[in-house]
Amino acid sequence: MLKNRAAFCNAPVVSGSFLGDVLQLSCAALLLLAIVPPAQGVWPLPQSLSSSAERYPLRPRELNFLYGKGSAVQPGCTILDTAFKRYFRITFSGYSGGKPLTVNKKPGCVSPDRSLCDSAPLAALVVNVQKGGCDGFPDLNSREDYKLSIADGLGSLSAVSVWGALRGLETFSQLVYQDQEGTYYINKTDVVDFPRFPHRGLLLDTSRHYLPVRSILETLDAMAYNKFNVFHWHIVDDPSFPYQSPTFPNLSSKGAFHPQTHIYTMSDVKQVIEHARLWGIRVIPEFDTPGHTQSWGKGQPGLLTACYKGSVPSGTFGPVNPMLNTSYQFMSMLFNEISSVFPDSYLHLGGDEVNFACWKSNPDIQQFMKKMGFGTDYRKLESFYIENLVKIVTALNKNSLVWQEVFDNAVKVPADTVVHVWKGNKEQYSQEMSSVTAGGFKVLLSAPWYLNVINYGQDWMEAYKVEPLGFNGTAEQKKLVMGGEACMWGEYVDATNLTPRLWPRAGAVGERLWSDEAQTSNLDMAYDRLAEFRCRLLR
Amino acid sequence: MAVIKLTALLLAASVCLCSKHKSEKVPKLVNSQYGSLWPLPQSAQISATAFQLSRSSFQIVHAPKSSAGPRCYLLGEAFRRYFEYTFGYSKRLNKDRKQSGAGAEVSELQVLITSSEPQCDGFPSVSSDESYQLTVDQPTAVLTAPNVWGALRGLETFSQLVYKDEYGTLHINKSEIKDFPRFNHRGILLDSSRHFLPLKVILANLDAMAMNKYNVFHWHIVDDQSFPYQSSLFPELSKEGSYHPYTHVYTPADVKMVIEYARMRGIRVISEFDTPGHTQSWGLGQKGLLTPCYSGEKPSGTFGPVNPILNSTYDFMTQFFKEVSSVFPDAYIHLGGDEVDFSCWKSNPDIQKFMEQQGFGTDYRKLESYYIQRILDIVTGTKKGYMIWQEVFDNGVKLKPDTVVEVWMGNALEEELHNVTSAGYTTILSAPWYLDYISYGQDWQKYYKVEPLSFKGTDAQKKLVIGGEACLWGEFVDATNLTPRLWPRASAVAERLWSHKDVRDTDDAYSRLSQHRCRMVQRGIPAEPLYVGHCDYEYGGQ
Repeated sequence: MLKNRAAFCNAPVVSGSFLGDVLQLSCAALLLLAIVPPAQGVWPLPQSLSSSAERYPLRPRELNFLYGKGSAVQPGCTILDTAFKRYFRITFSGYSGGKPLTVNKKPGCVSPDRSLCDSAPLAALVVNVQKGGCDGFPDLNSREDYKLSIADGLGSLSAVSVWGALRGLETFSQLVYQDQEGTYYINKTDVVDFPRFPHRGLLLDTSRHYLPVRSILETLDAMAYNKFNVFHWHIVDDPSFPYQSPTFPNLSSKGAFHPQTHIYTMSDVKQVIEHARLWGIRVIPEFDTPGHTQSWGKGQPGLLTACYKGSVPSGTFGPVNPMLNTSYQFMSMLFNEISSVFPDSYLHLGGDEVNFACWKSNPDIQQFMKKMGFGTDYRKLESFYIENLVKIVTALNKNSLVWQEVFDNAVKVPADTVVHVWKGNKEQYSQEMSSVTAGGFKVLLSAPWYLNVINYGQDWMEAYKVEPLGFNGTAEQKKLVMGGEACMWGEYVDATNLTPRLWPRAGAVGERLWSDEAQTSNLDMAYDRLAEFRCRLLR
Repeated sequence: MAVIKLTALLLAASVCLCSKHKSEKVPKLVNSQYGSLWPLPQSAQISATAFQLSRSSFQIVHAPKSSAGPRCYLLGEAFRRYFEYTFGYSKRLNKDRKQSGAGAEVSELQVLITSSEPQCDGFPSVSSDESYQLTVDQPTAVLTAPNVWGALRGLETFSQLVYKDEYGTLHINKSEIKDFPRFNHRGILLDSSRHFLPLKVILANLDAMAMNKYNVFHWHIVDDQSFPYQSSLFPELSKEGSYHPYTHVYTPADVKMVIEYARMRGIRVISEFDTPGHTQSWGLGQKGLLTPCYSGEKPSGTFGPVNPILNSTYDFMTQFFKEVSSVFPDAYIHLGGDEVDFSCWKSNPDIQKFMEQQGFGTDYRKLESYYIQRILDIVTGTKKGYMIWQEVFDNGVKLKPDTVVEVWMGNALEEELHNVTSAGYTTILSAPWYLDYISYGQDWQKYYKVEPLSFKGTDAQKKLVIGGEACLWGEFVDATNLTPRLWPRASAVAERLWSHKDVRDTDDAYSRLSQHRCRMVQRGIPAEPLYVGHCDYEYGGQ
């Protein structure tokens, strides 16, 4: 039923021109449209939203974003000062596709002059934040809950922290719509909202293709519109090493696609982190080892394991060499730098898809295996490496995120390590979620959200239908689910196609991770809001 | 063409996500002896001797003996365009491709048009001669072509021969190229009904088409969902039938601009006004045109295909196609004729009566044929030829000998080609090239490996296959994703339709196409990547 509905943006609400809807919806669906709750425009759906027919016009020139008298943060708060400016632009960007949500007139109003029937204009949106802190960074425990009330010609937004205020501003901007004459309106509304999961991430891969900083910044903007709060920056991998390290400049000068044009300088990285901070988004970098490190070897000779063909080196290299002290000295220095460049308390250490063939071929490694009593179980060698790396990172006061293999291979990791589940079909990843949480570890889900894998048609629905807590486990276990991440691996993605490939598909994941699952189980209702929201994204 | 298959595809859309980096067969990058040429010329001898080109001294000029001169604006524009392309982009190549040459320079490309009528002010047609010869030597390179259409193709090839060394100096190797297309009809179909496509996107696409030596823009301009074509005679059609009567329409000026922009690049614009099905949007602005459907004995309020029993229908079509045939200069109009749903016709008592009167029994295909026959006669009256989707042929409608049958159904494809050509009709192929169907990985290889003439048939039959089209239907495509979704996947089809049938080496193709894709990016076309890697100049946004 949904498949052939034509969609278009920015057209006025004339029932006859909703040709796609009229022609292709069954009667049941038409009925459905009529009972869609007034909140249809907000994506992701707030936990609680009620609105009435009463509405207030907004006059862009007169509307003020104000700090409340009792607010713990006041003018000078970088986060909110910038957010006010940004959301003014977003709210009044000339968007004209919004549907009047309910009846236009005050109850009982019969005047033909519509303006007489409207309430007085909305004078201001007053923002109250309970706790100070405008210069910090968001983290896993940040409070993102907020309350938004539009009533009696006044908007009032209250939140514990500035991060919650940011989420509320986004919701506010989505509640504003224009009628056919272009007047901006907002209905009398009450929103009480908070995220279902604290970790709502998006992975971009800047190694398989370089993504210009501008693409990353645009993605951060779109993430904020979808209330994502973690940018998982898979910054380096086999194909290239674009991160410019001041400690080891050769890594990018030899390992990047191009040493000048295809790198992230320190100021690029800072810009990304600051831009993300202003949107309430954490930046978690991933420096994946010991596999996925071909590009590292170019700028750091001796780091990778030399593969052998028979009794001579073949000239090719495998994973990081886990038996050399120099490997750990290098990692210690590099991660020391990384942990000061990236302020987040988590680092993603990777640890996935380690290919043992090269290790097996190397006589020194074989000897080391013997010496350590590992037998022929190369997973033990992998564990040995990861355990050493985690120690390094722990000593730097950082927490670790790792791909699921690290857990599968029974690596000894600190109890607060977060395991990232990426493999398999529904049955397999559900089983993995059960095992990881039964082991007492926190967990993140990505397996069903590999958005780089494309299909013909509305594949957002598959992503939407995922239930992250759908595995077998106790209530305690389910509490260990921190959230999930949509992943956009870069084999076939660069700046030419990233944005349209990612959005609005990632929006489906955004809502799944933010909203209440019971209120967001209906695909038809989601389609209507998502279609409208997509047009907003084009602002 | 696009609609009915969806359900099956959606059902089949569950994907194995077993591996994070799903392994796909990726061809090997080789150092192709043909550099970055795409599509590959029929014959290219590129010697190791390299000459330099200098931005300050190089010129593209009319050869003294050319039948075209400064009044040939089409070429003048093309000279400027290709000068900018040539000096705006060039791919760095390995040193070893360059030998001595010792500072010798190519300072001029002379363009020699040999026929007495260069066709500077004409329109390309299905029989246009696009052949050319290119001799690159110092100090003068010469591009010889019978007329401007071949010259345009040769200019593109020349621009693709230029590369940059590691010092940034531009080079071109001594070369001898003789080239002509394998098929005369090399088209791209865009659908501006399911989503409106802004003019800018259509024009950018025409640029990309020229870079790939495409020569037909098949404009599927209207369909069920919307009617963006603004008709001078029937303005209500777009006023009522478009998504928005001002922002989502093509005015006569817009259409003219598309046609002229295409002409300057040697591209024909063939408009498709698909009837009698796929016409829901027509009904909004032309009351009485569509068949009222019945529920029992009463009209249900919904409408079906064009009503084939009314004279008013044919009066309307006569006037409408008269306008269309003067707006679009090409000798062909695409009349559609696909996917006619009979259920509404069957429900209507007047239609039933008409069926009886005509002695059609209950065979509604006869009614469809009756309608199509009359439309064909109307269009014939405008002195145009027509193209139609394969159903029209399948249903046994009498066609003019010069009709082009477009084969779009994937099942029994070879059989269909055999049947159409043994009946003596020319045909084009689009079934294997529905690029709106996306999938993960390197699907360009699938499009590349198609052999249009693999069906059973005589040489005479094979000659009737005049080409093919890559189709990008619009259910899931608008200005946000059109260009990266289409390119460079459509480039694979371009080489299949232009180059010799034996050009099939996937590694060589992959190596050239990767560079060609970067060249498109450098020229402002956001063509998506084929696989892991980089371009010297990445796409930087609009």
